[in-house]
Parts: sequence; structure tokens; C-alpha cells
Amino acid sequence: MAAVMTTLVASEESGSLVLAATGEWLVATAADLDRRLRGIEVPRGRRVLLDLTGIDRLDTAGAWLLLRTEHDLTAHGNIVEMRNLRASFEPLIDQVRTAGFVPPARHPRPAHHTIAGFIARIGEISVGLIARAYSILGFFGVVCATAGRLARRPRRLNMTAIAAQMEQTGVNALPIVALLTFLIGLVIAYQGADYLRFYGLESYTVQLTGASILRELGVLLTAIILAGRSGSAFTAQIGTMRVNEEIDAMRTIGLDPVEVLVLPRLFALVLTLPMLTLCANFMGIFGGGLMAWSQLGVGIPQFLNQLSTIAPWSFWIGMIKSPFFAVVIALIGCYEGFQVAGSAESVGRLTTLSVVEAIFLVIVTDAVFSIFFSALRI
Amino acid sequence: MPDQSSEPIVRVRGLVNRFGTEVVHSGLDLDVIRGEVLGVVGASGSGKSVLLRTIIGLNRPAAGRVEVFGRDILAISDREQREIEKRWGVLFQNGALFSSLTVAENIEVPLKEYYAMPLRLMDEIAAFKIGIVGLPEGTGEKYPSQLSGGMRKRSGLARALALDPEIVFLDEPTAGLDPIAAGDFDTLIRDLRSSLGLTVFMVTHDLDTLFSICDRVAVLVDRKVRVGTLEELLRDDDPWIRSYFHGPRGRAVLRSATEPLARDEIPVTAPA
Repeated sequence: MAAVMTTLVASEESGSLVLAATGEWLVATAADLDRRLRGIEVPRGRRVLLDLTGIDRLDTAGAWLLLRTEHDLTAHGNIVEMRNLRASFEPLIDQVRTAGFVPPARHPRPAHHTIAGFIARIGEISVGLIARAYSILGFFGVVCATAGRLARRPRRLNMTAIAAQMEQTGVNALPIVALLTFLIGLVIAYQGADYLRFYGLESYTVQLTGASILRELGVLLTAIILAGRSGSAFTAQIGTMRVNEEIDAMRTIGLDPVEVLVLPRLFALVLTLPMLTLCANFMGIFGGGLMAWSQLGVGIPQFLNQLSTIAPWSFWIGMIKSPFFAVVIALIGCYEGFQVAGSAESVGRLTTLSVVEAIFLVIVTDAVFSIFFSALRI
Repeated sequence: MPDQSSEPIVRVRGLVNRFGTEVVHSGLDLDVIRGEVLGVVGASGSGKSVLLRTIIGLNRPAAGRVEVFGRDILAISDREQREIEKRWGVLFQNGALFSSLTVAENIEVPLKEYYAMPLRLMDEIAAFKIGIVGLPEGTGEKYPSQLSGGMRKRSGLARALALDPEIVFLDEPTAGLDPIAAGDFDTLIRDLRSSLGLTVFMVTHDLDTLFSICDRVAVLVDRKVRVGTLEELLRDDDPWIRSYFHGPRGRAVLRSATEPLARDEIPVTAPA
């Protein structure tokens, strides 16, 4: 390499220590220079001359290193003088000098990386959960009050919005709901027949498939798909509107965001989820029947006959649960949307949270229903 | 003043950009000379930002040639592209700071990407860059969402300056700032230009900025660009250019700029 070595050389000159900087003091060489400057044994109480004759190129990073060296030497009781700085570099040095010696910013470190912080974090999360539950309950109250007000003036209900939401959350979700429940029906029948055969009870395959789909799986799968598909969309839509200040604009015009945004979504989901559940039940049982026919040779009359032995309550239990699940999904989706504040980043975070929360609460609700129905002995 | 004899740092020839059937640029030529502050103006939708995005390689034009530092930006390898990216800095309209990082960490991103630097040195560099762009102490620890619009632009500029680039591209640096903050930003850019020897390519709507810091102005009219000093453009008889500089706002700025006392020299107290 023909280039001048970028370095700092120390020598003595009539009682002064001379540090001669040469070469290119640039951001590209800064890491190397920094290492060598930190390796220098700092003298004390000397007269030090920083000779800058040899510097060919200089940028702010290089200027910073020179100024830092000067600063460190002075701090150690040396008398420092810079000399032979090229005139063209002067404004650069001045620029960095006026920026001053600002202490570097600390990198924020998550507090829960210490034991005390970890325990504090558990407490924080617990308190946060309670506050959150309280806040969701409050939101539910506002939605109910708004719905009650609307019930007195049903003309204000925006049917177009409800229809549009029903198309998005219902019609457009139909293919995926149908396909998934069909496949689940197939799998349950196939696996069920395998186990039942072991006990010689394979003739109950249709009952097993039918009962589990009607009572639990049809409605639960549909609700989980809608939580992922529509609950997340609600959060993202309302959250984006919040970032865009559209919600604030609505308020100033006199529109109630709960009435305009939440109720159509809630009503649409309460109407579509039972319909989708119906379709899911049908497709699941169809899948199970197909498997029973191909694996066990169950024909249509026998299939219908076996299906009719399932208690009709199984079907109604599934259907009764579906609007409750719809309320949970729509409520959480909209609530999290309204929680968006500030940046677009929080839209993504809250959308994830809304899906997780909605699925969690759907399953909790399902469990509560289970206890309720078992108390009723149905 | 810019050295007119040196070769241009950016050279655009025969640039054509179209979106669908809409032609934004047709046969546009433009040079950016080393050391100058070039202001780019034009009506909304005339393709100012598209021009900027084309030069920095974010938009592939339909035809034409774009050279930055003498390299054809449309036909270079990824490695050459990285070499060029080290030598320029870009300030996007709203700062485009990474929202999950603090201001200091934002400034350290390019340092980390291109140079194996000890963390302590990066922290020091970030700290004095924050000082250079005139942000108060302690800004480095804040997240972009905690900053005002003006502070976000300054932080974006600090990140653009992290690698000591030769040219910075600024997209409407003073838009959305109050007049005082906008004036401060103009001063900052002028100071940085003279101390760091920066070349500045600036898309702007701000007439004050044009009059106070731009050496030359490029006006986008009729899908082409007309470049000149302000005096030249003031004599131009294109109808859009005339209404731009000689409209009520243009006249007001022109009047104050040509008055015997420049605004920042007006004495605060009347001389006795």
C-alpha cells in the first residue's frame, strides 16, 4: 500500500512530548485509530504538542478522535497545544468542537434482566392484566349503552355498513371455514374409527364425529378462524384510523365512533358467526360421513340413521355458543383498535395481541359454557 | 461557492419515468455539481420526489442514465452499490427513523452496518452528531415517538450524516416546521455545507430556503427540468416559473431578500 500510514507517533522535542498524527483520519479508519489511541499510556503534567501536519484527509469522526485525545490529555493535567492544522480543516474541527462533549446516550436495557426487575415485572404484568380486564369491561359497557340508545332510534343503524361487514367477515370467510371443518371431519372420523375398532365399536364412528363437531369443534374452529381473520382486521382498521386521526375527526363532526365503527362490526359478526357455524357443522359431518363410507362402508341411510341418534341438544349447544363467541371477538378486536396510540408500530403489536386475547377468551367462554351445561345435565 | 469546473457528482441524462400512461419525466437532464446546494422545486405531482428516488436507486426509470460519483446507478453490482451508499446520506420527509430504536441507535445503524467499530466509539460518534445537528443533550436516549416533528428531522439528518457523506439528499427538509425551526434548519444546512464540504440535493417548497441557501435551483416544468441561479430563473418567461417566483409569496420573499439589510442583520434595538 502506497498510502501514508494512518497513525499517531510520539517523540520528544525540547522538553515537550510531540504526538504527530498522519494519514487519513476518517470514519473508515476510526475503529483502528480508536483502538490505538486507547492503548496509549497517558502522560501526566507534561507539555504535549499535537502535530497535525501529516493529516491528509479528515472528517468529523477523525476530528472527534483528535478532540477527544486533546480533552483526555488535558484532563490528566497536561498542557496541550494543537499545531499545524490545515486551514481547510479548521471549520470541521470547530463544528465538532461546538457540538461539545456530550455524554454518550445510554442504551436502554430492559429492566427485567435483573432479579428484582424480573419480580417487579411479574407484578407489573399482573396489575396490568387486572387494569386491562377492567378497561375491557368498561368498553363493553359503553358498547351496550350505545346499542341501547340506538335501539330507541333504530333508523340510525347503518344497514349498509353491517351488510359490508357481513360480506367481509362472513361470505369471504366461507371457503376457508368450509375447507378446514371438512378436513377436520375427515380426520376425526378416520382417527376415531381406528381407535374404536380396537374396542370393536367402530360402528359408533358417525356418532363420535357428529357429536364432537356439533357440540364443540364446529363452533370453536369457526370462532378461532374469525378471531384470526376478522378480529385482527377490526384492530388494524380502527388502529390505522386512530393513527390517521380519523377517529378524532369523527368526534369533531359529531359522529360517535362506537356507533359508527363498533356496532356494525359487532352486529355483523353476531349474525355471521352462527351462519358460518351452521356451514361448518354441515361440512364437518359431510367429511366424517365420507370417511365412514370409504373406510367402513357406511351407506347414506345407515349414516342418517346413526346421526339421528345424537341428542338434538348437541346441535343447539353449539349454536347457542356462537353469538357469544362473536361478541367476544368483535369486542376485543375493536377494543384493541382503540388502544392504538402514536405510531404505526403499535397497530401491529395490538393486532397480534387482539388475536391472542380473542382466542383465549373464546376458549375460556367455551369452558364456562361447559360447566354451565353440565350443571344443567345436557 | 461550488467549483463549476469539477465534474458533476450526480449526472442524469435522458431520464424517462412513467406510471401507467402518465409520463412524469421525459428526457430530463440534470447535473449536481460538487459543493453546491441545489434546490429542486415544482408543482405538486411534477415528480420531484420521483426524481430524488430515481437518483438514489429506489425507483427504476423507464429509460435514461443516472450516474452518481461517475457510476451508472442502474447497472452496478451490489458491492459497488454499497460503496456508493457509504458516500451519500438521505433524509426522508418525516425522518424515517427506525421506530424501535433510540435516536442514538438510529445514528449507529449505518456505522454498525459498514464498519466494525467498538460500541463505545459509536456511542461517542452518535453523541457528537446529535450535537452537530443542534439537538439538546439527552435526545439520544429518546425514541422517535417521543420527539417533535422538527427534532425528528434533525435526528434523521444526524443519521444521514453518520458516515460523513459527500452528498446528502433532503426531501422537503423544512416542510411542516414552524418558520423559526425552518430558518434554523436552513442555517444548519448552510453551516454543515461550509464546514463539512457537503453537496446538498434538496427537494423543497420553501421559498425562503431557496432564497437563503440554494446556489442553483432546478425547476420541474413540462416533464423536464430547468436549472439556473435564482437571478436567471427570475428572468425566465415560462408561465409556471413566472407565477412561482413572481406570485404574491414569491414577491414577498424576493422583497425581503433584496432589501439592503438581510433579515438576520436587522438590529434588534434601534441605534442611538
